[in-house]
Amino acid sequence: MKAVEFENVSFSYQREDDENRKFAVKNVNLSVEEGEFVAVLGHNGSGKSTLARLANALLQAQEGKIIVMGMDVSDPAMQFEVRKNVGIVFQNPDNQTVASIVEDDIAFGPENIGVPREEIGRRIEKALSDVGMTQYRDRMTSALSGGQKQRVAIAGVLAINPKVMILDESTAMLDPKGRREIMQVVKRLNREEGMTILLITHFMEEALLADRAIVMNRGEIVMQGTPDEIFERHEELETYNLTLPGIGALCKKLQDGGMPVPYVLTPEELAEEIAKCVFRQNG
Amino acid sequence: MKDIAFGQYYPVSSFVHKLDPRFKIVALITYIVAIFLANNYYGMAVCALGFFLIVLCSRVPFKKVFRSVKGIFVLLIFTAVLQIFFYQESENAKVWQWWIFTVSDESLLHAGFLVLRLALLVMVASILTFTTTPVALTDGLESLLYPLKLIRFPVHELALIMSIALRFIPTLMEETERIMNAQKARGADFESGSLLSRAKAVIPILIPLLISSFRRAEELGDAMDARCYAGSKVRTKYKKLKFSWRDLVGLLVIAAIVVGVVFLKRFGAV
Repeated sequence: MKAVEFENVSFSYQREDDENRKFAVKNVNLSVEEGEFVAVLGHNGSGKSTLARLANALLQAQEGKIIVMGMDVSDPAMQFEVRKNVGIVFQNPDNQTVASIVEDDIAFGPENIGVPREEIGRRIEKALSDVGMTQYRDRMTSALSGGQKQRVAIAGVLAINPKVMILDESTAMLDPKGRREIMQVVKRLNREEGMTILLITHFMEEALLADRAIVMNRGEIVMQGTPDEIFERHEELETYNLTLPGIGALCKKLQDGGMPVPYVLTPEELAEEIAKCVFRQNG
Repeated sequence: MKDIAFGQYYPVSSFVHKLDPRFKIVALITYIVAIFLANNYYGMAVCALGFFLIVLCSRVPFKKVFRSVKGIFVLLIFTAVLQIFFYQESENAKVWQWWIFTVSDESLLHAGFLVLRLALLVMVASILTFTTTPVALTDGLESLLYPLKLIRFPVHELALIMSIALRFIPTLMEETERIMNAQKARGADFESGSLLSRAKAVIPILIPLLISSFRRAEELGDAMDARCYAGSKVRTKYKKLKFSWRDLVGLLVIAAIVVGVVFLKRFGAV
């Protein structure tokens, strides 16, 4: 079954009768299978965040159709069900925390959809262990680090039991350590729990974890393929203001120079891949 | 900025922390009534004694509690000065006089009494926020205000607004500090100059703070929508309030304070 389906979707922040209105999202066709991990890459203003808001019915598309888990997003009667199925983790962890205490914040979502009390307790426990924050259950949210706050935000979404999780630039405000924490959690959720992930980011290296990557520019989908295929076309990427990260660029140079290393995320992984290649070449 | 202690939960486990928030709110109101009923130093001593007992049982350090007075420090000084120089009951007790200013034993005693009253008021109120999480506090309020639902007063919404406001205090404090540092780096001066120029220097802090608060509000609204917030219709509650034996003990303490104060009124006013 398809988890998310966009059919010729267009959206503009300007009024509909405005003749020179600019489209934030233009003629987008996209379908994400259940359990798939898709990365949406794009420079600032490429429309990638608008995509997230459309999928969750925070915004309504002016043209085209969006189907989420078999439900039409434009149907007001379905909005609540759509939001139960599609969770969004936003960019700024401070602006999506409702309560001062970790467990109260995670309880917010399940409370809203009327989950009974005992069940909420169980869900909080599960969500916290999923993001590795069990020992922080009754801490103050304001005393946590950025990465921890963002993991609590993920737990808050998990407690609603969605089928799809959208991460809208969720790592953009974090330091490298916080970013790694989040990416590990996301990867585990996808591989072990079968969660459908739509990862919206401008960090190219994060796309490496995905099954499929999509590049957006000025509201349109301009490239699609596996992360490796996308990285391969790095000259085209640069025309969309996306550059390979340092390690990725090094991988590319090694490949061009005749060493068949795959694209990797960290220096440690690259060192290992180089060692493997050297061993292979030397028999 | 970080010194402003009011409104921040102090996370330890104690007798006072475990009291039912509904009881704590009612107890606070009762205690405040007692403070205003007390009309002499004996009554005030009973209130102060009660206050020390409450702080001891809350395991919140005294230093933190005393710090909460900082916020009304100017008000305290203002009250004290007014009382010392202008309070005058009988003609004969004058100690010192100049132009329209008079100082007497009576005025000194009266000033001390009022300052004590105000300080106790603020410190006891701060104990409530030190020992009660914002969610518990607003749950308590929601429960106490429940009868207002009959006249269609949006009790749940009000409670949520309050808990979000409390939740954002540390965030906005951090932000204020960040903005202040940014302005300082560009040569702004908040510490010297006349009162007027210092007040003016606050404007470049307030405006960015206001703008960013609006942006935060919008993002928070989206995040709440995305997490299925739809008002109070289908909502359940994770935490349920329950009275326990502790609340009974607390009730006895508060009752003792009120009875003590009322009894000691007979010794006359300050």
